[in-house]
Amino acid sequence: MTAATAPAAALEVRDVVVRFGGHLALDRVSLTARPGEVTGLIGPNGAGKTTLFNVVTGLQAPQRGTVLLDGRDVTRLAPYRRARRGLARTFQRLELFGLLTVAENVELAASVRGRRRPGRSADEALELVGLRDLADVRADELPTGKARLVELARALATGPRVLLLDEPASGQSEAETEEFREVLLAVAGEGIAVVLVEHDVQLVMRTCSQVHVLDFGRVLAAGTPEEIRGNEAVIEAYLGAAPGVPA
Amino acid sequence: MDQFLQATITGIATAAILAVAASGLVLTYTTTGIFNFAHGAIGMLGAFAYWQLRFDWGWPAPVALLVVLGVLAPLLGVAIELVVMRGLHDAPEAARVVVSVGLLAALLGLGLWVWPTDVARPLTRFWGNEHISVLGVRLTWHEVVAILVAAGLALGLRALLYGTRAGLAMRAAVDDRALSMLNGARPHRSAVLAWAIGCTCAALAGILISPAIGLMHVNLTLMIVNAYAAAMIGRLRNLPMTFAGAVALGLLDAYALTYLPTDSILLAQFRFAIPVILLFAVLLVLRQDRLRGHAARSTREVVPRPGWSGSLATAALFVAAGVVAAQITSAPDAVAVQKIVAVAIIALSLVPLVGFAGQLSLCQMSFAGIGAVVMAHHGHGGDPVGLLLATVVAGAVGALVALPTVRLAGIYLALATAAFAMMLDLWIFGLRDFEVGPLSISIFGTGSVAVDPIDVPGVDSAHDRLVFLSVVFALLYLLVVAIRRSTFGQRLLAFKDSPAASATLGVNTMLVRLAVFTLSAAMAGFGGALYGGTLGAVSAQNFAFAQSLPLLLLAVVGGIGTAAGALVAGVLVGGLPLLVEVAPWFENVNRVLPGTMGIALGRNPNGIAHQIRVGLAPLRRQPALLAGTVAGVAAVVGLRLAEVLTGTPFALALAAVPAAGGLAAQVLAARRAAGATATEGPDDVPLEWAGIVRPFTAEEVATMDRVLGLERRPEPTPSLAGAPSGVSAPARTAAGAGR
Ligand SMILES: Nc1ncnc2c1ncn2[C@@H]1O[C@H](COP(=O)(O)OP(=O)(O)OP(=O)(O)O)[C@@H](O)[C@H]1O
Ligand SMILES: [Mg+2]
Repeated sequence: MTAATAPAAALEVRDVVVRFGGHLALDRVSLTARPGEVTGLIGPNGAGKTTLFNVVTGLQAPQRGTVLLDGRDVTRLAPYRRARRGLARTFQRLELFGLLTVAENVELAASVRGRRRPGRSADEALELVGLRDLADVRADELPTGKARLVELARALATGPRVLLLDEPASGQSEAETEEFREVLLAVAGEGIAVVLVEHDVQLVMRTCSQVHVLDFGRVLAAGTPEEIRGNEAVIEAYLGAAPGVPA
Repeated sequence: MDQFLQATITGIATAAILAVAASGLVLTYTTTGIFNFAHGAIGMLGAFAYWQLRFDWGWPAPVALLVVLGVLAPLLGVAIELVVMRGLHDAPEAARVVVSVGLLAALLGLGLWVWPTDVARPLTRFWGNEHISVLGVRLTWHEVVAILVAAGLALGLRALLYGTRAGLAMRAAVDDRALSMLNGARPHRSAVLAWAIGCTCAALAGILISPAIGLMHVNLTLMIVNAYAAAMIGRLRNLPMTFAGAVALGLLDAYALTYLPTDSILLAQFRFAIPVILLFAVLLVLRQDRLRGHAARSTREVVPRPGWSGSLATAALFVAAGVVAAQITSAPDAVAVQKIVAVAIIALSLVPLVGFAGQLSLCQMSFAGIGAVVMAHHGHGGDPVGLLLATVVAGAVGALVALPTVRLAGIYLALATAAFAMMLDLWIFGLRDFEVGPLSISIFGTGSVAVDPIDVPGVDSAHDRLVFLSVVFALLYLLVVAIRRSTFGQRLLAFKDSPAASATLGVNTMLVRLAVFTLSAAMAGFGGALYGGTLGAVSAQNFAFAQSLPLLLLAVVGGIGTAAGALVAGVLVGGLPLLVEVAPWFENVNRVLPGTMGIALGRNPNGIAHQIRVGLAPLRRQPALLAGTVAGVAAVVGLRLAEVLTGTPFALALAAVPAAGGLAAQVLAARRAAGATATEGPDDVPLEWAGIVRPFTAEEVATMDRVLGLERRPEPTPSLAGAPSGVSAPARTAAGAGR
């Protein structure tokens, strides 16, 4: 895809720096996600992927840098205001509302969206991830794989423009992962900008049009899956260690 | 000038004592993640113990000091950590506060039990009133000692934290508990040490301050607010800032004492409000807290989503119980039961706040008091406008209390409510009538004001009012059910579970907290207006801080997720004093009972009500038994109405019939289950045999992983959301807030 035909970025992160005490968790990280595309974000444990999501959603204030949603600077905005501008996410460590049922979890998201923005109803969102028959189960009774799907449905019910997914496929079987990939592509097809953090490099390479590689808080490389596969630094630092990836 | 210097010196001496108290508080909070609401009560016990040894038994002062500070206080600290607090680090914040508040209530009760208030206990300063003069300013040796002790403590803490291994571990926890635990520290030993030092600091401060404020249980216990305020300036973490805060407070107090006009009605008691006002001011400028993710839970919490038919039936049951009670009570007893119902109505206000939203209020009786006062002045003759106004005013005040804290972690709201309650106790509730511009304001007048019961056509006798109050309770219960079923209720539960996830879905979490707190305050004000009506005349004592604690504790013990908790609180808070009238020996037990129950059961989010519900559950599935039990209860009530069965036998029979029904149902259910097991096919083995007679299914493995918190993740990463800092590393990995 060339710059001329590329749609404007839905999410843009510029030069974000986050420090925890003496530890530099994010070091001038930049990232762009476009509507209709799945953008991958990979990197070893502790690279700073989740921290970046926290910065984007406003749960973690960066020491430096800016976050733009649809070109508007939201760096100082409260998390809920960003959400109302069309930002949604799932959590690596599940954050379902365990006291509520699956249906209530998703209804809550849809009710917050209100009628201001178009979006799926709770029912449609559950339908999409194939969990309608679990609607009345309490959320803390679900196995991890299913719970991740509910988180996805909940995020979708907010009618997002940008969707951040933090290891959504972990805990899923191979077949489930395949189904999940279909859902992901369908969602992106609706014009949502999806950012996918995933340790399953195969899945990322097959699904994403752009991939960013994070290592020790820095963007090691960014580009198409082919470019990433061929990148020396990435192979050395990351891919080389991941079994089953054709380098 | 001399006056100023004198005030300054006195202020610094007070500051020194505050610093001693506050640094103990900070040390325990940072090392263990538990805010010790009982800190003041421990100081109180230390002062009384010192009095006992030094003045009652006549031991030499150094020996008495050594025994109290070197043995008793540290032992108490170790005991608290080992018996009460251990294992609480992973608990949700609300549970930690409830247990800590339970400890406060229990220790205060213990102090009153061991050292009853009917004896005067003079406690003189060290070296009496001997003093030295510095720059023409009088400084007692006692003050000199206080200043030296504080300086010594500052140096000692510095040496401990920076010069020893134990200190290093504690400091790591002070700096970043999460990180220190990731490095493998298991801060149990640090916690024991911190509690021992913290209790010693509290006792030392108590001994030093008693000569000035007198050896009085409640006053010494409340001294803690000043320490809260100082600690808050250090954001409960920073020791040097805490010392600075103590100096600021000590000076302000001394200047207020010296310069505030003593003839002004408004300002006479204002001095006592300074720490509280400062505390609120500090809350306003504190930086926003990060939103936490969901906390680890050791007990599965049950907040059922009640259906309408069941709820209506329950409401009808409440009314029926009221009608029966009205039938079988004498007029004075009917008034006593009215009080119980009114307290239950106030306690019901805690259900949305504590049960649904997981926020704590230690000033619910204060809101009730505001409601009662408004009713007293605007509800003459039981005018319903007074009731309405009581609700609105209490709600508005509630919003003002909550506003500065909604950005901050839950502990700050709890602290603010405690501070607010104490400000009312020490200052506002004591004010005589006064005028602000055109407004003339009257609170408890000269000590107590009359409150008329609400005037409802056709409700005349004490019995009628009892039925009326039961109807009100039933209606409010239905309101709480409606809240639970609404999207607002969903947001409350969602917020309790995971503020971080709520916010990222677009929920304005601050607004939700503000709304639920306002609602709860308004309900308490409403209940307070009715409660005032049952009392007839109300005074500040009816609504003191010390009254709010048992209400909260017993509501939690009863089961705060449902109306049952409110009923339990109403029956115990309203009913136990009645028991004291019959059995005087019970008075002292009653002093420590709510606190002890809070300590023992505060960490269980479901309470007694849930146990009872579980116990009776099999009954529902056995129609014949259920019908039998209902008939049995009806028969007992019938016998009572016929005056065949009265008094204690009646009460016992009333409790025994459902208990027997539940037990029989359980036995039957167990039999049936045993029979069913024998005929089960090979595929459907009982759960405990799974994995033994056949391999685990994938579903079962996933369930086990989830229950055990074993998400298969390669390595722990600290959580984003600055989760409650009392979470141990393994639990934190499982909790992994906010990722
Ligand atoms: N609240 C915090 N306090 C201190 N350090 C933190 C905090 N949150 C994250 N870190 C550190 O920041 C670094 C980045 O963590 P992050 O969770 O963003 O990594 P990640 O790429 O998501 O890793 P994983 O693949 O394991 O999820 C890690 O070294 C982690 O220890
Ligand atoms: Mg991560």
